[in-house]
Amino acid sequence: MNLLQDIIVVDFSQFLSGPSAGLRLADMGARVIKIERPGIGDICRQLYVSDTRIEGESTIFHAINRNKQSYAADLKNAEDLEKVKKLIRHADVVLHNFRPGVMERIGLDYEKVKEIKPDIVYGEVSGYGTEGPWKDLPGQDLLVQGLSGLTWLSNNQNARPTPMGVSVVDILAGTYLTQGILAALYRRGVSGRSALVQVSMMEAVLDFQFEVLTCHFNDGRQLPLRSQVSNGNAYIPAPYGIYKTREGYLSLAMGDIPKLARLLQCPPLEKYTNSAEWFDRRDEIKGMLAGHLLTQTADEWLSVLQPADIWCAKVMDYHDLMQQIGYKVLNMELKVKTSNGLSIRTTRCPIRIDGAIAASDRGAPLLGEHNQLIDAQFGLS
Amino acid sequence: MNEPLPLHGLTVLEFSQYLSGPSAGLRLADLGARVIKIERPGTGDACRRLSIKNLWVDGDSLLFHTINRNKESFTANLKSADDMSTIRKLITRADVLTHNFRPGVMEAAGLGYADVQRLNPRLVYGAISGYGKEGPWKDLPGQDLLLQSMSGLAYTTGNEKDHPMPFGLSIADSLCGAQLVQGILAALVRRGKTGQGALVEISMLETLLDFQFEFLTTYHSSGQLPRRSRYNNGNPLLSAPYGIYATADGHIAIAMVNIPQLARATGSAELAIYDQDQAFSHRDEIKATLAQHLAAQPTSYWLERLHAEDMWAMEVLDWKKLTAHQGYKILEMEQAITTARGKSLVTTRCPIRIDGRRLFSGKPAPSLGQDNERIVMELLK
Repeated sequence: MNLLQDIIVVDFSQFLSGPSAGLRLADMGARVIKIERPGIGDICRQLYVSDTRIEGESTIFHAINRNKQSYAADLKNAEDLEKVKKLIRHADVVLHNFRPGVMERIGLDYEKVKEIKPDIVYGEVSGYGTEGPWKDLPGQDLLVQGLSGLTWLSNNQNARPTPMGVSVVDILAGTYLTQGILAALYRRGVSGRSALVQVSMMEAVLDFQFEVLTCHFNDGRQLPLRSQVSNGNAYIPAPYGIYKTREGYLSLAMGDIPKLARLLQCPPLEKYTNSAEWFDRRDEIKGMLAGHLLTQTADEWLSVLQPADIWCAKVMDYHDLMQQIGYKVLNMELKVKTSNGLSIRTTRCPIRIDGAIAASDRGAPLLGEHNQLIDAQFGLS
Repeated sequence: MNEPLPLHGLTVLEFSQYLSGPSAGLRLADLGARVIKIERPGTGDACRRLSIKNLWVDGDSLLFHTINRNKESFTANLKSADDMSTIRKLITRADVLTHNFRPGVMEAAGLGYADVQRLNPRLVYGAISGYGKEGPWKDLPGQDLLLQSMSGLAYTTGNEKDHPMPFGLSIADSLCGAQLVQGILAALVRRGKTGQGALVEISMLETLLDFQFEFLTTYHSSGQLPRRSRYNNGNPLLSAPYGIYATADGHIAIAMVNIPQLARATGSAELAIYDQDQAFSHRDEIKATLAQHLAAQPTSYWLERLHAEDMWAMEVLDWKKLTAHQGYKILEMEQAITTARGKSLVTTRCPIRIDGRRLFSGKPAPSLGQDNERIVMELLK
């Protein structure tokens, strides 16, 4: 039996944070029903990326919304709202990422939904929580990264604040919401209690920085100082970072500098025998390493370092990665089909259960594709 | 306010070290589970000796305290028959076990899933690896920077001409732990219905591939590698102006906005020549033009104009400015913890709110083996 078999999720969320939570619940066996505005639907359907479209819709919509159903309903129309409320009677989870106050105005906030379904697990993602000066501002990934201090951790010391190039805040917030929802579903199984689960994107990105923020709170509130050369992590000593070689790039994690000096035949580095210097003089050490590593190819360096158990790797792009057996054995690619016959290659759920990968081939739904089915099944009309 | 936390009554045995597995344990603890670290006598979790900025508390690194608060510690030598007999007794009473050893290590210790399932068929067994259990990479070190380098992620951050650039935080570790929590909790939901345990496995590489699902789906569809923009890259998938820009006195983040509207709001004649449908095709040009224009005035000047038109923009803060802001303070994200020896430290709390309640826990990280006696007494009952 799938872990979340028979769990019904009524998902009002759009874009990435909420829908990525819905996706993971679907991957683990839940039935996820997207409630979408007639005519337009989840705005993500129109969010084109890199000029790549599938069937007139953005590739990312298909990535985020595979294995879900779509029910089109206008929440401002009394008749549609009534149907949605009837549907919620059958739901285990309700999920949304509207700004604070929107669900209250519609009459689908936690207290109201609890009247419809007393043991509901109600999950919501906000940008900045439900109070304070930021609460009505857009909870958008790049903006939250910029506010949270995160952008002072990547790139080199003199570079401008640099955002992480993936929507990391959306994805973390969705992941934490899923954790809270599942913990609440577990409790409901024990006690029958409903739950309200709230995650804000700001709290999620602060949690993501918990190690370095805790350092900041206890070191006299100093700001992070990125290394000048090949910064990998502002708090980790040399050689931690990515280096250019004669051909390709090499990454070096934590390592003993004199040992590296010998293996790489770089005598000037041998003098750094005191490990405290690997942090205090990391720019100087990394500068020398960066110069020296240019003299041979990444593969040549790896052939020396890997047998000596140095933590190192070749830097790969997607073309390189997908040639590798180590990638292929993961079976990470998934082909899904939409109801109009379109086939899309995407990634599967990364979690294996009882040794098996979850690989539903259902693609993203067309807008309103499941209205008839759901109306009939739950007697909504 | 005295409602039990969602995971109240559950016991987790944590055989994990460093960050990926222990961050999963921390979340389970914050959601109400009792988490017992099983550690090697004398040394324990290697993270106890791994410091950042040379910060130590009660003889262990501040880093260890950050990741392992709200847990207990039980020391056991897995090579001693006596200790193993105690471990087996603990397993019969536990609900969850986690580990992040390399493939084969737990099996060699007699604690593989098959062994443990015989002792306790209800147990949910969570295992983290670097690269999965098979293939040429399975025995390589599952280290965060190396995983970032191998998974293509290093080509998402920084500008086009920069070296491949890692995220300045341990994204693979943190996210892998978070994904493991999802699998474990979903398995506990199923166990509540069927009584059956589960094996939940995830690798750091699969985690990072899942994390890049929007990029990979776009890549599979177009065959094109993601291209970081030449200037002010925010996310390679997104069109101009998405990125962070220098102003006369700081930095501003601008997300998805309409180009002609942006030209009007910022009063830029140079920008006004571009149409919205050039946002991808002329991305570098538009960004360079905007960057030059924004450098002329302070952040507040631009924010006022952009917010007047509801455009998605925010100032970029560092931790000093962030933590002084009312929007941060109202989250109450910090918590003070007093260690066993009376030392006080400040860290972050769990980012998930349950039933409107922030989850604080003042329980400090355990000293090595501090709970041995009590746990042995409990087992005798």
